[in-house]
Amino acid sequence: MKIQFKKHSVLPGFGITLGFTLLYLSLIVLIPLSGLFFKTSQISWNEFWHIATGERVLYSYKLTFGCSLIAATINMFFGLLVAWVLVRYPFPFKKIVDASIDLPFALPTAVAGIALTDLYSVNGWIGKLLDRAHIQAAFTPLGILIALTFIGLPFVVRVVQPVLQDLDKAEEEAALSLGAGRFSTFFRVILPEIWPAILTGFTLAFARALGEYGSVIFIAGNMPMKTEITTLLIVTKLEQYDYAGATAIAIVMLLVSFALLLTINVLQWWSRSRHTFTTAQELQ
Amino acid sequence: MKINPWASPLLIGAVALIFCSTLRAKEVQLLNVSYDPTREFYQDYNRAFTKYWKEKTGETVTVRQSHGGSGKQARSVIDGLEADVVTLALAYDIDAIAERGKLLGVKWQTQFPRNSAPYTSTIVFLVRKGNPKGVQDWDDLVKPGVSVITPNPKTSGGARWNYLAAWGFALKKYGNDAQKAKEFVRQLYKNVPVLDSGARGAMTTFAQRGIGDVFISWENEAYLASAELGKDKFEMVVPALSILAEPPVAVVEKVAQRHGTETVAKAYLEYLYSLEGQKIAAKHYYRPREKGAWASSPVSFAELKLFTVEEFGGWQKAHNTHFSDGGIFDQIYKP
Repeated sequence: MKIQFKKHSVLPGFGITLGFTLLYLSLIVLIPLSGLFFKTSQISWNEFWHIATGERVLYSYKLTFGCSLIAATINMFFGLLVAWVLVRYPFPFKKIVDASIDLPFALPTAVAGIALTDLYSVNGWIGKLLDRAHIQAAFTPLGILIALTFIGLPFVVRVVQPVLQDLDKAEEEAALSLGAGRFSTFFRVILPEIWPAILTGFTLAFARALGEYGSVIFIAGNMPMKTEITTLLIVTKLEQYDYAGATAIAIVMLLVSFALLLTINVLQWWSRSRHTFTTAQELQ
Repeated sequence: MKINPWASPLLIGAVALIFCSTLRAKEVQLLNVSYDPTREFYQDYNRAFTKYWKEKTGETVTVRQSHGGSGKQARSVIDGLEADVVTLALAYDIDAIAERGKLLGVKWQTQFPRNSAPYTSTIVFLVRKGNPKGVQDWDDLVKPGVSVITPNPKTSGGARWNYLAAWGFALKKYGNDAQKAKEFVRQLYKNVPVLDSGARGAMTTFAQRGIGDVFISWENEAYLASAELGKDKFEMVVPALSILAEPPVAVVEKVAQRHGTETVAKAYLEYLYSLEGQKIAAKHYYRPREKGAWASSPVSFAELKLFTVEEFGGWQKAHNTHFSDGGIFDQIYKP
């Protein structure tokens, strides 16, 4: 196959903008990340393997990826619900509710962590009630899940909201008038439209949760083999001036996150193309 | 774009001001990179030192302070924070600056008398009012049903003193049997429900959230906390035996040389050993080396038997044995 570049774009300034984009990306993203690999290259492959697959480290991967995945899934459902309510129904103080969605973005994560721990520990408002039901939230993996759900919510809402807003009402009306029930209208008309946005929101929330530190360490309890998240182990290594060890774990996180994000992106691309394909077919 | 008409005159003014202040007569700046609970202490001390230095030399010295976890602060200095002096929680952190940053000699601990630690503290217990669990000594912390709050010694430099104090007690109790001491410490940490990453967080867990029966703490921080949180809520219990916590100070030689502040930096730390400096330390609940200054403290320090980190062969050895990866602290958490 011969690859062809378009020689002329209608818009001027392609060269300079692409050049700037590459330079900017290198400065902000690529150089710091390659620094990570450079630091790790100071240790041998065996040492790297030994550090990255230590018993506690392996456990922390499981905990971090597991909790992040569950939190992002919870946010996918409830974020969609929140976005739906905000777009579709008028109600008093809607502007304030809408604005408060962004709080987890703006709040310093440590503040969020301390506030959540206060609420969910045995003597907190919610913790007291949970304690009566013999559920311990703070200082257990459940606490980590709560913190990660908190910080991830706005990602889904803010990505889904505009897509939902731009949805053409006529399509829904058409579906209804053609005899589709509410369920099939939602699942066959609305959901395919917003599904890519939901996946993007899910991905963002998931990625954010993986790297979270500030809000989690307060509520996690940080017990080895129980509630130690990976970022805490990285900090632990740094506290011992073990830079290479810290970056070794960081590299594993980076690679696994990259692979996961890539998979989700492929899924997203696939679902989008399949959707347009089926609609095209249906039109024929 | 609309530009605020006030912006440019303000900017010019600001630049002119900065320019003038650098031109003004002799003024020296020091940066003291310290750890968390010393904030108020050094605010007081800096005032006293500035006055002393002005009278002695006519120079105006401004001391800026930076506070944070001890290990984090040391890393900042290694990575280029321009500290003229460091005043940290444990010698291990300054060792790291010497070894990894090569910013001062490895023999830095001989810069000043008494292991370069002008003031000291010890490790004590904070219990709830009335001491409902009847905690008197280290022995009581391993009893079943007693819940103990202490930060993770791997992330908190200050908490390494807590751990070593317990270890030292166990060694004495079991006639230097390391195996039994390990078992003792394992039992103790079994009673720890939450391992906060720093002393501040652990204090919040204990005081604000009401978790735990005993909080293992530096003596000065325990006093600070009871002053802040109300004396009627907590009681301090001093064990019969504990560790002498020696938070060290040092001139970061390379940085001071570059800034031309060697003399004043040295004088700054030397003045900590003067009666005046010792009194200020006592006022902020540190145990000064000079017994004559003890009376200046708002509290009366309890007498107890103290051992030092030398029992463990110094910080490097203690760290490698206990806190390095796979060290004893990691082992006690192995199922």
